[in-house]
Amino acid sequence: MIRLVPRTENSAAWQLATPLLAVLATMVAGGTLFAIMGHDPFAAIRTIFWDPIFGAASGYSRPQLLVKAAPLILIASGLAIGFRAGIWNIGAEGQYIIGGVTGAAVALAAYPAEGMWIFPAMVLAGALGGWAWGMVPALLRNWFGASEILVSLMLVYVAQKVAAWMAFGPMKNPEGFGFPGSRNLQQYPAAANPELVAGTGAHWGVVAAAVAVLATWFLMSRHIRGFHIRAAGLAPRAARFAGVRPQTLVAFCLGLSGALAGMAGLFEAAGPAGQITDKFGTGYGFTAIIVAFLGRLHPVGILLAGLLLALTYIGGELAQLTLQLPAATVQVFQGMLLFFLLGFDLLTRFRIARRITA
Amino acid sequence: MIDPLSVFLLLVAAATPILFAALGELVVERAGVLNLGVEGMMIAGALSGFAAAHATGNPFVGFLAAAVGGAAISLLFALLTQVLLANQVASGLALTLFGLGLAALFGKPLEGIKAPSMTAGPLGISWIVWLGLAMVPLIWWFLNRSRAGLILRGVGENHDAAHALGYPVHLVRGAAIAFGGAMAGVGGAFISIATVLQWTEGMTAGAGWIALAIVVFSNWTAVGVLAGAWLFGGVTVLQLRLQAAGIKVPVQLLSMAPYLATIIVLVLISARQKFSRRAGGAAPGSLGQNFHALR
Repeated sequence: MIRLVPRTENSAAWQLATPLLAVLATMVAGGTLFAIMGHDPFAAIRTIFWDPIFGAASGYSRPQLLVKAAPLILIASGLAIGFRAGIWNIGAEGQYIIGGVTGAAVALAAYPAEGMWIFPAMVLAGALGGWAWGMVPALLRNWFGASEILVSLMLVYVAQKVAAWMAFGPMKNPEGFGFPGSRNLQQYPAAANPELVAGTGAHWGVVAAAVAVLATWFLMSRHIRGFHIRAAGLAPRAARFAGVRPQTLVAFCLGLSGALAGMAGLFEAAGPAGQITDKFGTGYGFTAIIVAFLGRLHPVGILLAGLLLALTYIGGELAQLTLQLPAATVQVFQGMLLFFLLGFDLLTRFRIARRITA
Repeated sequence: MIDPLSVFLLLVAAATPILFAALGELVVERAGVLNLGVEGMMIAGALSGFAAAHATGNPFVGFLAAAVGGAAISLLFALLTQVLLANQVASGLALTLFGLGLAALFGKPLEGIKAPSMTAGPLGISWIVWLGLAMVPLIWWFLNRSRAGLILRGVGENHDAAHALGYPVHLVRGAAIAFGGAMAGVGGAFISIATVLQWTEGMTAGAGWIALAIVVFSNWTAVGVLAGAWLFGGVTVLQLRLQAAGIKVPVQLLSMAPYLATIIVLVLISARQKFSRRAGGAAPGSLGQNFHALR
């Protein structure tokens, strides 16, 4: 028989190894699933993980990697900070949607003015919108002790309704021939978030994601606030004795992750999506949770995990086109990935030993 | 003039999916486990139930299959948290994301099919609604009057003490999780088989999360869960009535009502629990914490 012995400190080696193991296990389990569904598992795995970068159509799909990874990394960078402190913002999807709506609102109000100030103002409005949406669960937790998990999640559904209301009501394009949805911001130069370097897919959101990775790394490893966050997550009682105020951390973590998610929403609304529709939220806020865990809540890990999850999105689309795999395949893959990661994490925290029989 | 009885019956029916899911989660949380995967288990039940009902033409077989489907997917959560000792919050989220994806994947061929019709029970409402109502006293009795319920509560209040007394903590929790999965599955199937009458992707639309909030609202009692579910059912019916009455408020804003009501209720009840003498209300002592026996 075997038994589990808790490690005094998490194993650094396993901490690096488990995400890789989880990806491998997901490929195996995913392949098995495809085989059951009657597809060639090897072709499917190659289409999802290899072809987007090295395949025949990679000229189109490679730039998409940054387009999809940017919002994931931007959102996950913020979420990871809260997760480190045991503050669970799982409503990033709602903050993302609201950020897109408030940012687009600035552009639509300014239309058709031209000016250098418009795009920065939109970014600011998007961040503020996401921040405000994130502060609701923060304040309700601080004032009344309401669970930030449930409140932030409920607000995702409210945000989806807000986006739908905007698309059918106040933000509806007056020249849109009656179709729901706002004006297309890509066709409004002062507000558009275009590809900055042709052929790379890099728009301002990619720049922001890179800055976010650096800034969160600095915050978490070099700044006193980051130390407080880590202390609060590891030993809440000890942190309180050291003068860390939990309420400040709740407001900081939810506000910051909300602002980053809101910015991600704006970059999407002004760039790849182009407009606010009732289907503006596509699940980046939820996938970012997986990105944060797969990246071990570390900025560099999140960067890599964001690129990997972006790959599954693009590969999933490719597999839809070439192999007629359903769109939900990607979602299943992402869910499996988190399952395997959490499961293998046992090895990070425990040592497996032979049971000593008396 | 609106017949008050018929409105009440509408309310009771609208509350049924949440009632099942929240009663199941109540038992899970009383065993000390926080399973945030209710939404995923509900959608799994909605799909497996609908598929079985469609295949056999018998809605009751569908509900049975929904219970099995919900319990089956909940065992993934049990494996993660009870055997592999993974974080409960993260595992529950994973269950929800995975369940939504899996249901969307396997539900594709069922889209656009109509559910088989169901024979109504007394007062013209479904037997499943009656079953849900019957579960309230049953679960109350189980938790408060039965020996097994006492053990379950003991495991939830203090897993170390329960282990010291020789009770199998992980086994009790695993069984509670499976029961919660089965209940959530039936709740989800009520949406697909008895309410919407077809399968659509993501059709549970947050009902699982509302159920989680209702468990907090209930102060971890079966009667409280019933009250919370009816409150939610009332808001839903009111909102639909206002939509039908053609009130001058956009539909999208009206349909926010259930979610906003859930937040408000959650805030009120959390405030009461926060400012009352007993900190944390009646939440089980070991809620959300994993158990690992060193000896």
